[in-house]
Amino acid sequence: MDWLQILSNTASSIIGPATIGYALAAIGLAVHFGFAGLLNMGIAAYMAIGAYSYAISILTFGLPWWAGILVAMGGSVVFSLILGIPTLRLRGDYLAIVTIAAAEIVRLLFLTTTFDKYTGSADGLSGYHSSFRDANPIPPGTYGFGPWTYNETGWWVRIVGLVILALAVLIVYVSMRSPWGRVLRGIREDEDAVRALGKNVFSYKLQALVLGGVFGSLGGVVYAMPSNVNPGVYGTSLTFFVWTALLLGGAATVFGPLLGALIYWGVMTLLSNILPALVTSGILPFMSTTQAQTLRFILVGVSLMLLVIYRPQGILGNKKELTFVK
Amino acid sequence: MSSDVAPRQRVKSTGLHIGDAVPGVAKVDPILIADSVTRSFGGLKAVDVEHLEIPRNAITALIGPNGAGKTTLFNLLTGFDKPDHGTWTFEGRSLAGVPAFKVAQRGQVRTFQLTKSLGLLTVLENMKLGAKGQRGENFWAGLFPHVWRKQEDAFEVKAIELLTRFKLDTKKDDFAASLSGGQRKLLEMARALMSDPTLVMLDEPMAGVNPALTQSLLEHILDLKDQGMTVLFVEHDMHMVRHIADWVVVMAEGRVVAEGPPHVVMKDPAVVDAYLGAHQDVDLGVVTGRYAGELTGEASELASEIQGLDHSPDPAGKEQTT
Repeated sequence: MDWLQILSNTASSIIGPATIGYALAAIGLAVHFGFAGLLNMGIAAYMAIGAYSYAISILTFGLPWWAGILVAMGGSVVFSLILGIPTLRLRGDYLAIVTIAAAEIVRLLFLTTTFDKYTGSADGLSGYHSSFRDANPIPPGTYGFGPWTYNETGWWVRIVGLVILALAVLIVYVSMRSPWGRVLRGIREDEDAVRALGKNVFSYKLQALVLGGVFGSLGGVVYAMPSNVNPGVYGTSLTFFVWTALLLGGAATVFGPLLGALIYWGVMTLLSNILPALVTSGILPFMSTTQAQTLRFILVGVSLMLLVIYRPQGILGNKKELTFVK
Repeated sequence: MSSDVAPRQRVKSTGLHIGDAVPGVAKVDPILIADSVTRSFGGLKAVDVEHLEIPRNAITALIGPNGAGKTTLFNLLTGFDKPDHGTWTFEGRSLAGVPAFKVAQRGQVRTFQLTKSLGLLTVLENMKLGAKGQRGENFWAGLFPHVWRKQEDAFEVKAIELLTRFKLDTKKDDFAASLSGGQRKLLEMARALMSDPTLVMLDEPMAGVNPALTQSLLEHILDLKDQGMTVLFVEHDMHMVRHIADWVVVMAEGRVVAEGPPHVVMKDPAVVDAYLGAHQDVDLGVVTGRYAGELTGEASELASEIQGLDHSPDPAGKEQTT
């Protein structure tokens, strides 16, 4: 087993676009669930909308890459309004059901051959990179050290991703300490009480859905930015991966989603390298390398269950809050 | 103990109504007027109020047996539930169809029978949430603390002042979930006051509160009236109703069946039969001698029982007091 290679891959994944994308989506989910108490089970749909909006506006409408990002944000706002206006008046559990259904609808709309011209149906979309790469100010070459050595494109994607991530963290950090965030947390605890204090609960919930949704779609953009848009990615399992990352770090925290996404991708990369290596070196003789790849998803499921049962507040969550969990 | 200090005697508001005190009687200065408000759940008519006026700057008690529709009426008047039909005005402006949050913004705030403290917010955050017209509650403004910082500091001063009055100031940094049931009641009331309401509607403020706390809650409610607010409350504790209410409205099966000053209404045979029961005349205040009143045979019996209790030996307690 090449331990050095395994560890290097793992370390490299820490600032991978996938990690940054997940972190953004998890921050969006933290706004939805951790702060406003909205049980959004369709974060994958937001990521799909982000990725597809970005790719379609470049490929079909010839917009520059930054305009693609703006379109992605706009698309998620529209989706939030469509999703939120009919459902946010209902009790929390309904939102979970509706969002999971809406996410499937979105995925199937991108998958259907009817819009093949725009979405590429099952093939997805690719080849939208030129505008983004042309804007790259970094001269060609490889930079970095150790496991973090990338070429100019690799760095450009990571820098843009990290800047967006930093902005998202800053916005969430500031807004959750403001009276606006206090109203949201109040709604999470008991929306009738907040209503009795003269706050327009519906409007606040919609604002939270929009804000978190924008971060979710930006996550989709960063995730798809260096590679391609593949409809298979945006299934229900993606939603649960992001949930795992969120709960791992702490749902009602600002930096929890970051840490969660980082650990999630670190562990996933480690397992995807280690398990097949264990199989080939004969330590796990009862399974094939393909089975070993599937095993890591089983482990994700198990760890999600353990987390929710034994550490529901996550790694960065406040232990005091746990004492009073309803 | 506090029993050494006689509670401040306050004059009850009288002359609130015009004409005979029958259900639906007109008030001299009504703050809230409801007309033919009905609400049914399936076949059951939970509320069917033809006309009701709540007098301004007075304490009005809403009493009645369980299932009389008191809480439902509360929910309707505060916009938490929609009536089948009916109109009501608050300070002359119609409130029918106005959503709950706007009702609260207009100065008519309520508390809940089952306390709704926001558990994972601190006591101070709970309080600050109650303030009206916060600039920082706009998302964009919230991103720039210098816009709302000053206002926030003012709210904090006010919140701590109120918390001190309600003896919760030492708990200000604790999660509301760590408070006892009675303290949560106090917190909910204090939080409602953060918005400077004109009409405070309390749904069973005394339910589940221990006697010592009841005493201070009573004082707080009386204070509200002194500060010019109007109070409407639902309560089952008849002694409390008798002592602090200026006006009593009795509901049964969704209708207003009687209203009037407490001492008159509570002698109404219909009210006694339907709700109070026969022994409600025994007034603890009179029995303990704290309030002037006629001692009926029943009451003096009770008084002697209490005397007996007072003389029971309790050396440990006496040592502590000296």
